[in-house]
Amino acid sequence: MIDTETRMTSGPLSPGTRAPDFTLHSGPDRTVSLRDLRGRPVILAFYPADWSPVCGDQMALYNEILPEFKRYGAEVLGVSVDGAWCHKAFADHRQLHFLLLADFEPKGAVARRYGVYRDGEGITERALFVIDGGGVIRWSYVSPIDVNPGADGILRALDELEPGGAAR
Amino acid sequence: MSRKDETGILVLPVGERDHVQGPADAPVTLVEYGDLECPYCRQAYPIVKEVQSRVGSRLRFAFRHFPLTEIHRHAQHAAEVAEAAAAQGAFWQMHGRLFERQFALEDDNLIEYARDLGLDADRVAGELAARTYKARVREDFMSGVRSGVNGTPTFFINGVRHDQSWAADSLTAAIERAITKPAESSSA
Repeated sequence: MIDTETRMTSGPLSPGTRAPDFTLHSGPDRTVSLRDLRGRPVILAFYPADWSPVCGDQMALYNEILPEFKRYGAEVLGVSVDGAWCHKAFADHRQLHFLLLADFEPKGAVARRYGVYRDGEGITERALFVIDGGGVIRWSYVSPIDVNPGADGILRALDELEPGGAAR
Repeated sequence: MSRKDETGILVLPVGERDHVQGPADAPVTLVEYGDLECPYCRQAYPIVKEVQSRVGSRLRFAFRHFPLTEIHRHAQHAAEVAEAAAAQGAFWQMHGRLFERQFALEDDNLIEYARDLGLDADRVAGELAARTYKARVREDFMSGVRSGVNGTPTFFINGVRHDQSWAADSLTAAIERAITKPAESSSA
């Protein structure tokens, strides 16, 4: 069951790949589909779990940087295997102004399709994808699981999207 | 695609604009991005002092602002007041005072600390009200975002983000490694 070999060899989907569509709960009674966000860049931020220490928390950081992402018209989506109610409590507590998606049932199914599920541990990698307005992955990055990758790579990837990619 | 060196590289070198302790020609520069209301940064404050005393004149230290305003509602004003103190030549005194009195960071407290430090408190109050240093603090913050700051505090040693523990021993060891292997960061 613990198949690190598979995890090592599959790896995250590469730039140039069409981003697999998905529909996930963004709240107890709401869902989001990737295709509905077509036309603007999407930042998919997979992270291992809600409730890491606050001053070093990746989602808290993105919350702070949100105005910068908005300048590119980009939508940030946090994704973990936590359930919708857990996400709600976490987002309320941290006053997050963007959506957290629950890759909860079947567990980690979306993370698997993006090549960032950690078999045997039951969590996702700490992985970032920047998807252009046409639905194509333009940048991906997997950080060591205990290292918050920050936002520098995301912003550079957004800089490199040609203006047409983010057309409204 | 996923090269490790894509993230966590300081994009704004330490220069004239920075608040610096230690010699300009020191072999190692330590940069801290910090939030004056962050409890972890308060913990780091005496640790940095300890590391400075251990490494001595081989270390240059710079502090830049990274206020997490969504979770720390006093952090932005505290940073601006530190800059107002800097304009009167007292950045480090105010920096220390704010960490030591982190439990009291209302605007009135900030002005009181300026007075305690012998500064022109009316000027500090005026500059805070006018948001004179808002842009400067924002500049620090954005340089941190662009460098891969990933929480507070985040340290950079010779321009490379330090992803290990910042306990005094490990921070000192990382600095010593940078002294003995100065090319490490550029060849990584």
